[in-house]
Amino acid sequence: MATLTLENVKKSFGKTDVIHGVSVDVQDGEFIVIVGPSGCGKSTLLRMVAGLEAVSSGDIQIGGRRVNDVEPMDRDIAMVFQNYALYPHMSVFDNMAYGLKIAKVPKPEIEERVRQAAKLLQLEPYLTRKPRELSGGQRQRVAMGRAIVRKPAVFLFDEPLSNLDAKLRVQMRLEIKALQRALGVTALYVTHDQVEAMTMADRMIVMNGGVADQIGAPLDVYANPATEFVAGFIGSPPTNFIDGAAVGQSGGHRVGVRPEHMQLVGAGAGRLDGRAAYCEALGAETLVHVKSATGTQITVRQDAGHPIPEEGSEVGMDWDRENEMPFNAEGKRL
Amino acid sequence: MAERSGMVEKRGLGLWLTHLGLIIGVLFIFFPIWLAFVASTVENQDIIRPPMPVWPGDQMIENYTNALVAGINAPVALMLFNSLVMALGIALGKIAISLLSAFAIVYFRFPFRQTFFWLIFLTLMLPVEVRIVPTYEVVANFGMLNSYSGLILPLVASATATFLFRQFFLTVPDELAEAARVDGARPMQFFFDILLPMSRTNIAALFVILFIYGWNQYLWPLLITTDPEMNTIVMGIKQMFPSGDDFAHWPTIMATSILAMVPPVIVVVGMQKLFIRGLVESEK
Ligand SMILES: Nc1ncnc2c1ncn2[C@@H]1O[C@H](COP(=O)(O)OP(=O)(O)OP(=O)(O)O)[C@@H](O)[C@H]1O
Ligand SMILES: [Mg+2]
Repeated sequence: MATLTLENVKKSFGKTDVIHGVSVDVQDGEFIVIVGPSGCGKSTLLRMVAGLEAVSSGDIQIGGRRVNDVEPMDRDIAMVFQNYALYPHMSVFDNMAYGLKIAKVPKPEIEERVRQAAKLLQLEPYLTRKPRELSGGQRQRVAMGRAIVRKPAVFLFDEPLSNLDAKLRVQMRLEIKALQRALGVTALYVTHDQVEAMTMADRMIVMNGGVADQIGAPLDVYANPATEFVAGFIGSPPTNFIDGAAVGQSGGHRVGVRPEHMQLVGAGAGRLDGRAAYCEALGAETLVHVKSATGTQITVRQDAGHPIPEEGSEVGMDWDRENEMPFNAEGKRL
Repeated sequence: MAERSGMVEKRGLGLWLTHLGLIIGVLFIFFPIWLAFVASTVENQDIIRPPMPVWPGDQMIENYTNALVAGINAPVALMLFNSLVMALGIALGKIAISLLSAFAIVYFRFPFRQTFFWLIFLTLMLPVEVRIVPTYEVVANFGMLNSYSGLILPLVASATATFLFRQFFLTVPDELAEAARVDGARPMQFFFDILLPMSRTNIAALFVILFIYGWNQYLWPLLITTDPEMNTIVMGIKQMFPSGDDFAHWPTIMATSILAMVPPVIVVVGMQKLFIRGLVESEK
């Protein structure tokens, strides 16, 4: 249990800069999710915290101690890898115990800690099995167990659920979050799945091209995206972006409006006109995809009760001014 | 129904034909070995005077005991022991060295890593027979003629096994090494605790191949062992052939031949399961 501080952390591989300076203060026991598109540097950032990748510049502190040059094992962290990285020839028990054995923890204590973790993760019946005799979800749990038994100050997760099927993912998501709460361990969790980010995070870091575009609580980020990228990345279906001039936004280069903040009205009655391209009726809601007069794709989300426009028909779109999110030419929120 | 039984019949016939073919093949290969065995159980005169007998005689125990304790130049038991030392030395030495060098090449960044790899790889093109004269010179200068180290060391340095282990290590996911690092394993701990157990089927397969390779060495031992006490069995058989007008004592020679075949067979049969697993499956 500890705080984690990144101070203007940068990383370059040779001449390519991958992380352009990330700073964040993580509170003790906080669950931080790093989210962003593929290749934006999430894993690299996490691996720097783990000590698997050297920091090019900046500082990383765990529990107030600068750990830039500390070996992974001495950083008091535990990591869960995307493909679990279980030792294939060892039993579940030995997989979980390996780190403790190396740390020369006395045998009875190893036994005790592994049993506890196994109980917590419902792995007790499988302790003597080899990883290949387990299902994906069980392997995932073993990987978690291996992290738990070390009683680290910080948990690091690199897309731990991306190899699981959708249903299991939802279940494991809840389990991981509950576990982290129960243990009160600070956690850094990498994902590219925004639903995971929204549901699990105390605060999330939205990364874009090696930069932390925004750091904040999920709902704050959702309601107040700091950049055009964040507005487009967080939320599904994504935010609609409209030319500022077309809707009379002075100053705003582009304007973002979330699909649920738009209503369909008669052609000419709203603030923007377009042609309904196609509609996705999802039961509780309907997504209407509209092509505006200027050629922009716009999605309107409406409740099931509303009439669904004919495909190809002319429609108007309306929204409240307070729901507008204006961005400048650099994509920063005004 | 008729069609089905026809098919079963046909398959049955095919099965018989296949087996027949296999049996003929086995007999064909086995016949010379059988003759050698027969020759090792009769008296010398029975062999020299045609026709050659095809059924075992009653001299088996005498011939084999004679071969093992007395032999012709040196007791066969001693030659067997020499061969065993050489084959084990080569197999284990090669495996140990190539495991370590493959480990270094795959997991460590050091200057000229690729160069070293290609240098090792190049030695693949230089089997003992090609470098035999300079190697002899070196071994002679080190005073290793007529010694186990002279028999073993020049054959230990080779790339085949290094190359195989390198290929295997490359298929081991990087995350495994990273997980071990996070768990606090030092490089050699990772090597012994994780990499080595994961390679055990490969090691077994390689052991079988290298043991037989070492056991069957002929030219090299012939060259550097002049003392009959250091003869290995495979070359020793040749040394038993008489020079000049002497008579060959065929039963002893044949008994030696049969004895020479036994250890490789034991190794292959004993390690068959692991061997085949090592060839077909890679456990990850
Ligand atoms: N060892 C390396 N050498 C050079 N470039 C690298 C190296 N590792 C990563 N990169 C580059 O750094 C960038 C960030 O990689 P990283 O693995 O952190 O992405 P990510 O956000 O985790 O993506 P994903 O969601 O696909 O896992 C990528 O453009 C990648 O090509
Ligand atoms: Mg990644």
